[in-house]
Amino acid sequence: MKRIVKASIFFIALVLIWEGIYAAHIWSPVLVPSPASVARYLIDAARDGTLASATLVTVRRLVTGYAFGIAIGLPLGLLTARFNLVRDTLGLAALGLQGLPSVCWVPLALLWFGETESAMFFVVVMGTVWSVIIATETGVRNIPPIFARAARTMGSRGLHTWLRVILPAALPAVVGGMKQGWAFAWRSLMAAEIYVTVMSGFGLGSLLHYGRELNAMDQVIGIMFVLLLIGLLADRVFFSPWERMLRHRWGTAAK
Amino acid sequence: MTLPDELRNEEPSKLSVQGVSKRFRSRGHLVQALDNVSLEVGEGEFVCLVGPSGCGKTTLLNIIGGLEHADSGQVLADGQPITSPGRDRMMMFQESALFPWLDVRGNLLFGLKLKPGLRRKERLEIADFYLRLVGLERFRKAHVHELSGGMKQRVALARCLAPNPRVLLMDEPFAALDALTREQLYGDLQHIWQERKKTIIFVTHNVREAACLGDRVILFSPNPGRIREEFKVGLPRPRDINTVELARYSTSITAALKGHAVGEPREVAE
Repeated sequence: MKRIVKASIFFIALVLIWEGIYAAHIWSPVLVPSPASVARYLIDAARDGTLASATLVTVRRLVTGYAFGIAIGLPLGLLTARFNLVRDTLGLAALGLQGLPSVCWVPLALLWFGETESAMFFVVVMGTVWSVIIATETGVRNIPPIFARAARTMGSRGLHTWLRVILPAALPAVVGGMKQGWAFAWRSLMAAEIYVTVMSGFGLGSLLHYGRELNAMDQVIGIMFVLLLIGLLADRVFFSPWERMLRHRWGTAAK
Repeated sequence: MTLPDELRNEEPSKLSVQGVSKRFRSRGHLVQALDNVSLEVGEGEFVCLVGPSGCGKTTLLNIIGGLEHADSGQVLADGQPITSPGRDRMMMFQESALFPWLDVRGNLLFGLKLKPGLRRKERLEIADFYLRLVGLERFRKAHVHELSGGMKQRVALARCLAPNPRVLLMDEPFAALDALTREQLYGDLQHIWQERKKTIIFVTHNVREAACLGDRVILFSPNPGRIREEFKVGLPRPRDINTVELARYSTSITAALKGHAVGEPREVAE
């Protein structure tokens, strides 16, 4: 409870400083709108449904692409750890591509898929998949070999060892990689949404883009708040429980 | 199979190591880890393998465990050649090797789930039985990181005992523990060995520990790994590591160990 109070005081203070800067008229209200006008924009956008539909579009793109990225990244990471041939080929490619800022996939996706949902999906998958592959591979390779030996003496073989020993043992690293993949996917999706307008759905990035076009700073800042909130929420809902579980069982935080 | 059947003592195995040799390549050198080693271990016997590092005692244990293969020679368990790990031969290591993603009882259930013919309820009862045997039934829901080093090794011991093996292979299981905890575990292990009737092969470089635990102490020398001498320890059980009688045994074994250790290292021909 005390933490919430402290956090509230901190954020209220920030808003007050903002209000003070606005009231001092140092900069034009077009550049620095008042907290009240941002709040008004958010309320209006929430009322007429733009906010909800844009959030839905963005979150749907993010979640489908992210889930798909994990679904292929995890097995590929396991294969990379298991076979030296895969490590020297796909593993190397993944290492290189993970270093590539995922925004760089946007032009390629647009040329390949046009201004479509597929392009958005592709960008999110590319943001996710390489981090997950690399993290899974490193995670598996860093498992103490004693775990697999102990499991073997107890009669575990092949697939059983992979599913019941290797995968859970690599979990802290895998969760770390999933978190990084999420961050990359989120950033690249925003870049793509700001960059192009896909007629099948206006995401939060599009709202940000039109805010700029219309010189509507209250919209720009308002949407940024929403994005920030989604990031925080994702962390609290998806990752915090995992990390808490890992801390609880392993006695350490996720790497 | 019923529960009383499952908890009944399995007949301990008789092990026969016949002319086992094993070489390794280590930093460009060929190391003869084991050179024509032969050893007979009787049913229910407690044998300690002692020697300096690199004398091949752990390699021999791994070969008996089925985790490694001999270049030549063979190991028989009750007349059957050993080619792979088996549930009748469980292994315990210096690190507990407990799985941190499972709780204490989950670690015991891991091996039990791999043993066919057991129902869920039976597995739980067996796990509880062995946790009670090592005095940790209160910690069945604890996570691995919450246990002390000595408790971890007790859980590891219980995990090895749970599938009811005929042989226990122990690779310096107490080496990383403090002296007080270790002494307590000497008592526990002797008690459990007498109660559960296993054939035990115990690798250590602590001579006193070997004299305290073993019916027989087998002395290895390195380069090439060979059996140099063996000592029968005729003291009554349970033995206390701090007695004068035991010290007498360990002194003479240590003297023998030093005698062999200063012997000229032999190069191994390619």
